[in-house]
Amino acid sequence: MKWSDAVFMLPEIVLTIGASLLLVAPVLGKGWAQRWAKWVMLGVLAVTAITLVICSNAVVNLTQTRGFGQMFALDAFSIFFKLLFIVVIAMIALLSEDFLRESRYSTWEYYSLMAFALLGMMFMASGVHLISIYIGLELMSLSSYILAGYFKDEQKSTEAAMKYFVLGAVSSAILLYGISLIYGVCGSLNLLDIDKAMSTLITNDALMIGIMMLGAGLCFKVAAVPFHVWTPDVYEGAPTPITAFLSTASKAAAFAIFARIFYVGLHHFSLDWSNILATVAALSMIVGNLAAITQDNIKRMLAYSSIGHAGYALLGIISLSSWGIQAVLIYTLVYLFANTGIWATVMMMRRHTYAGEQVNDFDGLHKRAPLWAFAMVIFLLSLGGIPPTAGFIGKYYLFAAAVQAGFGWLAIIAVLMSAVSMFFYFRIVVAMYLRDGVEADVSSSGALKFVAAVCLIVTLVLGVLPTPLINQAVSSSGWIAMRAAMTPDARR
Amino acid sequence: MGILNIVTYIPLLGAVIILFFVGRENGRAIRLMATAVAVIDFLASLYLWFNFDPHGKGAAMWQFRWTIDWIPSLGVKYDFGIDGISLLLILLTTLMGVIAIVSSFTAITVRQKEYYILLLLLQTGMIGTFCALDFFLFYVFWEVMLVPMYFIIGIWGGPRRLYAAIKFFLYTLAGSVLMLLSILALYFYNDGGIPFLHIKGLGNPMTFSVLQYHNIGHLIPPSLQVWIFAGFFFGFAIKVPMFPFHTWLPDAHVEAPTAGSVILAAVLLKMGTYGFVRFALPILPDATQQWLPWIVGLSIIGIVYGALVSLVQKDMKKLVAYSSVSHLGFVMLGMFALNPMGIKGSVLQMINHGISTGALFLLVGIIYERRHTRLISEYGGLAKQMPTYATLFLIAALSSMGLPALNGFIGEFTILLGAANRSMVWAGFAALGIVLGAAYLLWLYQRVFWGPLDNPANQHLLDVNRRELITLLPLIVLMVWIGIAPGVFFDIIEEPVNYVVRKVDPQYFDRQPVNYPAAPAAAHGEVAEAR
Repeated sequence: MKWSDAVFMLPEIVLTIGASLLLVAPVLGKGWAQRWAKWVMLGVLAVTAITLVICSNAVVNLTQTRGFGQMFALDAFSIFFKLLFIVVIAMIALLSEDFLRESRYSTWEYYSLMAFALLGMMFMASGVHLISIYIGLELMSLSSYILAGYFKDEQKSTEAAMKYFVLGAVSSAILLYGISLIYGVCGSLNLLDIDKAMSTLITNDALMIGIMMLGAGLCFKVAAVPFHVWTPDVYEGAPTPITAFLSTASKAAAFAIFARIFYVGLHHFSLDWSNILATVAALSMIVGNLAAITQDNIKRMLAYSSIGHAGYALLGIISLSSWGIQAVLIYTLVYLFANTGIWATVMMMRRHTYAGEQVNDFDGLHKRAPLWAFAMVIFLLSLGGIPPTAGFIGKYYLFAAAVQAGFGWLAIIAVLMSAVSMFFYFRIVVAMYLRDGVEADVSSSGALKFVAAVCLIVTLVLGVLPTPLINQAVSSSGWIAMRAAMTPDARR
Repeated sequence: MGILNIVTYIPLLGAVIILFFVGRENGRAIRLMATAVAVIDFLASLYLWFNFDPHGKGAAMWQFRWTIDWIPSLGVKYDFGIDGISLLLILLTTLMGVIAIVSSFTAITVRQKEYYILLLLLQTGMIGTFCALDFFLFYVFWEVMLVPMYFIIGIWGGPRRLYAAIKFFLYTLAGSVLMLLSILALYFYNDGGIPFLHIKGLGNPMTFSVLQYHNIGHLIPPSLQVWIFAGFFFGFAIKVPMFPFHTWLPDAHVEAPTAGSVILAAVLLKMGTYGFVRFALPILPDATQQWLPWIVGLSIIGIVYGALVSLVQKDMKKLVAYSSVSHLGFVMLGMFALNPMGIKGSVLQMINHGISTGALFLLVGIIYERRHTRLISEYGGLAKQMPTYATLFLIAALSSMGLPALNGFIGEFTILLGAANRSMVWAGFAALGIVLGAAYLLWLYQRVFWGPLDNPANQHLLDVNRRELITLLPLIVLMVWIGIAPGVFFDIIEEPVNYVVRKVDPQYFDRQPVNYPAAPAAAHGEVAEAR
């Protein structure tokens, strides 16, 4: 390790300093910290993002993308995800403002935990070594366990945190055990070395069990069936901004490592894992979308829908092609913006005597808040994959990847389930436009409006002019796609 | 700028203007604005009619082309262009757009602003679908259409509107996403193939161009074609709707407001048949042959079943809705005769069905607005009270059942010729359908308009007013025009139909060197009738 390697990690270092500052902010006076934590957080995020952009340019000029003994990569793939994470966390920080103001819990701790979660996510995106990936994952998970139970006087929140923590710990253990088995067989934890070792290996039980356990641990993090049971309870119980965080940023980070591990490290054994993952994806799409139909609580409905979306995104991993990895990138981005927009709407509802959590709370929203209702329709259409929203481009890419990889049956399930998903998404639309609700004023804060507007603009613009996003995805996934392309055809 | 873009986006522009510049409470201004936009759009589409060259062959058949790159990394182009088939359907759409808006003036009293905005958006979607020569673009317009229609049924519909709206939406969506998979299969076949399934592609540059697919379609191995066709079949057959997939239609029609039913019957159903004739047939000739017995079987079932179910309906609107199933069965039967006569009849019958069924829905809407019931048993003897209405209804019914000198006859007779050319059995079933069609429509007419005027609620009904007459007259004129002089319409679709036949059955013209004269149907028809 050289000191010059620090340039790879500079954004993370900046973020760590910022997060720690937030944690000790009360020394300047509690009232000050309570009031200014949000701005400090946004400032830290902005500085991190700027550092990231500067470092990425430096790295491109150095032509060297991995440092710290090949453990940490600052490549186009990780930069894409890191910037995405920063943007989403910034939006969630904005969403949290009113929520925190109404409660009496400290804001600085909240934001600092969120910053640490972001730090974990950034490490995950950059990890090319299973240990650095694992540590990033744990940092993110531990922060989110605490955040899920942040409102410690509320029973539901505590219950959610408890469930999330126990199940999450078990899944981490399984993941770690899988990693150790892979280490036993391959003799290294670096994905590139694993890849090299595997190219000469033939299938053996220890490796298969290792891969399956690794996959199971990751499936838990992305909430894929049959490791999904925690999702509805935790999403329902956690404070709404944290639910938004879990269903967007945390999930995207899990998909980033999912893609990196399976594309770079394990692609030689794709014949062995692709059918298992395909089954998981099919089950996630079916169970998630069918179970969502009967939910009356919007947070639970979105939880099940996010299970379904995990199934869709898995299509991109299973395809193991340049289409597939681009699909993961595009879909993640598109999904994040649509979903954050939906959560913004849900939170807008929550703050005005309404619970905002039942579908019928949306009754007649088009009269009370026509713009919000319109935005919500666009977000829902995007999640359902209806053009001309960005969701269609994402879904299109995933289906294309699946068809091209020869998973026709999976593509058929995927498209039919996306039709089914419109059924429950449209329950909200029906409530908003086709039912009459109470005539009450809805006013929403500037932060919520800003977040929703950003999400709406991104969703619509990328739906009509997706070229920049596609080009970005192509260039960001180049290296990873190349690794997957090295898989000999005979073995696929 | 491209005249097709103008025709397509005028309604969208109008919708935006209404959205931002016309007040919610100002119903009159909204109606006038919407009407003006629709009329301007219709006039713009007339430009297409007068500048269309029906004799263009090859690449010149696709006229008013307008192409730019849209998503270059995927090979998606924004590609607009029309041939004779699209031209007629676009004209039908813009005309029906005006009629639908004018017919809603008194029927729609709540949330007028949203209603007219949605109607205009729907129109943009429909025209775009007929213009698109790029599959991706086609799919985008195809889906865009769904949402406004969903809201039109769901907000302004009858008592079971929510059920009908979501059923319409899900049925169509389920079909169209399967179609998307077929589009993807074509896309990859044209490009790199699907290595995992050992399907070798053609290695052409990535494209969604429909015309390119027309050229490479026959190279696809039949075993793969059959599956690709299956996706198209679900997408289009649900929209047509063909027999086992038709159940959304009666619900959607009965619950939709009058204008919604008119648009649905006149244009949306044509999307399915248009899809078959534009995409499925020319791209997948081998699969067409293999699927032919099934599709013909379902069409025949549809013809007879639709007619029989119409016979027993108690609700006028439902009767007309089921008659659509029967009529669209005709269209499919003619198309799958796979000879120029059959396809020509089928295309013309698409237009005819739009005109006559559109008129019937308008007429049912008129009486519904006065009495708020559509039950046949509530009526009787209306001819005494509403003579003009009765006359118009009679003309529309006769046109729908195929009386000579009206449009329905030309279409049905041409289809019969085409079908008989293929098999007398098909023609026999089709003829049975015509007889049944006459039965349910005449019986309906008899029960509603003749007999004693004994229901007191009917004794003070007003005859059609001037606005309603304005919505109906263009349709009546068209019925007579196509019925007496269909030559110009046959001219326009001659070349595209021959193109489809050459694609789907390349040897057809070698086997049948005799080229049909442009418009024999009317002449033959009248002779046949005279005997």
